[in-house]
Amino acid sequence: MKNLSEGGGRLYKITYKREMAENTVCYFKVEAPRIARKAKPGQFVVLRANETGERIPLTMGGTDPSGGTIDLIFQVVGKTTALLRTLNVGDSIEDIIGPLGRPTHVEKLGTVICVGGGTGVAVMYPITKAYKEAGNNVIAIIGARTKDLLILEDEMKAASHDLRVTTDDGSYGVHGFVTDVLRKILDERKDVKLIVGIGPVPMMKFLCKLTKEYGVKTMVSLNPIMVDATGMCGACRVTVGGRTKFCCVDGPEFDGHEVDYDELVKRQRAYLTEEKVSMDQFKALGR
Amino acid sequence: MAEKEKKEKPKVPRQKMPEQDPKERAKNFNEVPFGYTPELAQLESSRCLQCKKPKCIEGCPVEIDIPAFIKLINEGDFIGAARKLKERNSLPAICGRVCPQEDQCEKVCIVGKKDEPVAIGRLERFAADWERAKGDVFIPEKAPTTGKKVAVVGSGPAGLTLAGDLILKGHEVTIFEALHKTGGVLIYGIPEFRLPKDIVQAEVNYLERLGVTVEYNCVIGRIETVDELLQEYDAIFLGLGAGLPQFMNIPGENFCGIYSANEYLTRSNLMKAYLFPKYDTPIARGKNVAVFGAGNVAMDSARTALRLGADTVRIVYRRSREEMPARIEEVHHAEEEGVQFYLLTAPTRFFGDDNGWVTGFECLKMELGEPDESGRRRPVPIKGSEFQLECDMAVVAIGAGANPLLPTTTPGLELNKRGYIVADPETGKTTKPGVWAGGDIVTGSATVILAMGAGRKAANSIHEYLMNK
Repeated sequence: MKNLSEGGGRLYKITYKREMAENTVCYFKVEAPRIARKAKPGQFVVLRANETGERIPLTMGGTDPSGGTIDLIFQVVGKTTALLRTLNVGDSIEDIIGPLGRPTHVEKLGTVICVGGGTGVAVMYPITKAYKEAGNNVIAIIGARTKDLLILEDEMKAASHDLRVTTDDGSYGVHGFVTDVLRKILDERKDVKLIVGIGPVPMMKFLCKLTKEYGVKTMVSLNPIMVDATGMCGACRVTVGGRTKFCCVDGPEFDGHEVDYDELVKRQRAYLTEEKVSMDQFKALGR
Repeated sequence: MAEKEKKEKPKVPRQKMPEQDPKERAKNFNEVPFGYTPELAQLESSRCLQCKKPKCIEGCPVEIDIPAFIKLINEGDFIGAARKLKERNSLPAICGRVCPQEDQCEKVCIVGKKDEPVAIGRLERFAADWERAKGDVFIPEKAPTTGKKVAVVGSGPAGLTLAGDLILKGHEVTIFEALHKTGGVLIYGIPEFRLPKDIVQAEVNYLERLGVTVEYNCVIGRIETVDELLQEYDAIFLGLGAGLPQFMNIPGENFCGIYSANEYLTRSNLMKAYLFPKYDTPIARGKNVAVFGAGNVAMDSARTALRLGADTVRIVYRRSREEMPARIEEVHHAEEEGVQFYLLTAPTRFFGDDNGWVTGFECLKMELGEPDESGRRRPVPIKGSEFQLECDMAVVAIGAGANPLLPTTTPGLELNKRGYIVADPETGKTTKPGVWAGGDIVTGSATVILAMGAGRKAANSIHEYLMNK
C-alpha cells in the first residue's frame, strides 16, 4: 500500500545537509518521494519540525523525483529555522505538507529576467531553470549583502543564459543592488517580456517600482506568515490590486505592481516579540 | 402499577452537571463541566418515561435508541449504555458535549412538555466517558474482508463516522487528512475547555484499532487529485468541511491582531498556542478584544480570549439576542465568564497604529426591519449612530464558506452557487461517479451530529454500491 505521508511513520528523513552563506543559510535534501514527484516550480511546503513546533512555509529549491527528495533551503531567522539547523543527516522532520500554492505559470515569452536577492535566490532557482527549459532567453541577476552570503551562483549560472551578480559592499561582482543592474539592462534592451523578482520585501518593492517605470510585467513570490496553508485560516492575507488574497492558495506569485508591500511587511512582523521569546528560550537551552 | 406511576409527572428535577466556577475557569483551559457522577446520572435517567413511541429517537439525526441507553444507565449498566449508544453513534463522548440537544432529541422529549426535558446529552456523555475511563472500549467484530478500498478525504465528524461504518462492513478504509492531526473541526475548531482533545484522540485511536489507516499531511487536490485517487480506490468520500473563512470586507481588516476565527482557534487549539512558549506557535494575547458574530464559533473565540488573559471581551453582533445562532448554553457560559454583548451593532471600519496593529473600530447602531431570506429580521443601520470602540485584538467569526481547493481540481463535481458540493441528501452521492460527499462541504456550516448523519448515509450508500460493483 502506498504511503502518501512519506517514509512510513510520517517521518521525513534528511539525506544531505550543507551550510552556506557563513552558516546563515542551510540546505537540506529531505526524503519526501511523493512531494518530489508532484511539486512544480514556484510551489512550497509547510513544515513542522517537531511535536511542539509551529507550521512554517518554505519554498522548495528543487526536487529530485527519481531520488525521492526535495531541497529545502532556508535562512536561519528564528527559533524554528535555528532548530532545523541543529538537525543532521539521518534525523527527521516531523511533518512536511505539500506541494502547496499555485505553480509558476511558465511559457515561452522571449526574454525573461529572473532577479533573486538573499535567500530568495533559492526560490528563484527552479523557476529560472523552468523558464530556460521553456525556451526563453533568461537573464538572471542575483545579489547579496556581501560575497560570503551569496548562494547558488553556479546553479543559477547553469539555469540561465546570462548571470549577473551584485553585492551591496562590492566584495564580489557588481558593486550595488540588483535593481542597479536591472535598470541598466532595461535601458539597453526593449525586448524584456517578463521580470520575476524574489527576495526580501524591500527588494521586491523597489524592484517593482523600477519595472513599473519601464512598463514591464513583473511577478513576485510572497512569503507571509501562514498556519494551515490550505486556505482555511487567512493568516497569509495580502492586498493585491486593492483586494484581499490568500497567499497560500491564490499565490505565492502575484503581479508585483499590485502588491501592498507596506502591509505585507507589517503583517510579517506581527509576532516579533513572541519570536524573540522563543529564540531566547531556545538559546538558553544551549543549542 | 409501578409503570403507571412512572407515567405521571416526574418528581425529580433535571439534574445539573457540576461545573467549574466561572471566575476560576475563565483563567484555565480545563473542561467547564465535570460531568455527572454515577448517582446523578441514575437520578437523571429515572426521569425518562420510556415512551412506547419515543419522539426523541426521531429527533436524533443518527437515530440513537435513546430510551434503551437511558434504561441501561438506570439499571447501573453503564458499559451496556455506552455500547447501546455506539450501535448508532461512533462518537458519543463528542456528541454528548457538542450536539445542540435542545434543538434535537431534547426538544421533542415528552417530559419537556410540562417540565424540563430529560438531559439526554449529559447522559450520553456520562456513559461514553464511563466506558473510556474504564478502558473497557468494546471492539465490535468486523465483517469478512470485501477487498474493496475506500478513500475518505478529511477526518472530521463526517469522515470519522463513515470510516467507522465502512471498516466494520469489511472494506479497506484510508483517511487522507490535510493537517498533521485527525479530527477536523473537533481538533482545530472546538476549544479544549469544551471538548478535551484526548477525547477526540481516543475516538480516532478506536478507529485505528478497527483497522482504519490515516494518511496525514495529504492535501487532496495538490498531492493527489480525486481522479488520481479514483484509479486506486473503489469509492471516495469527501468530508472536507467548509474551510474558508469569511471576512467582513471593511476597511482596515488586514491590520495585525485581526484574526479569522479559523486562524485564532487553529492557533490556540491545533497548534496549542495557548501553551506558548512551550509550544512554538504564537498568538496575540489581547487585553481588549472584540469578537464579531454570535454563533458557537464566536463564543468559543470570546471565551478563548478570556482564558488568554483579556480584561474585556465584547461580542459585537448586528442582530439582537433572539437571532444569535449560538447554543443557549454557550451564550450562558460566555456571559457567566464575563463576556459582554454589544447587540444590534455592526462594525464599519478598523483603526490601526503605525505598526499596522489594530487599535479600535467604528460601529453603527442597527434596528431590526423586515425578515430577510433567512427568516430573521434584517438589521438596518440607524443613520448618524456611528460610535467608536477600542480594541487591541479582534476575531471575525461571521461564518465560513466552501474552500475551493479540492472542488476546483475535480472535474465533473457539480457545485452550487455558493461553491458547496451538490450531493443527494439521502445518499451523499455527488454528480461524479464513485464520489460521495457530506458534512459542511455540502450543507455549509452546520453541526457535528448533522455531519455524522451525512457520513452514515453515505456509508450505507457506498456499501450498497461496493457490494453491487
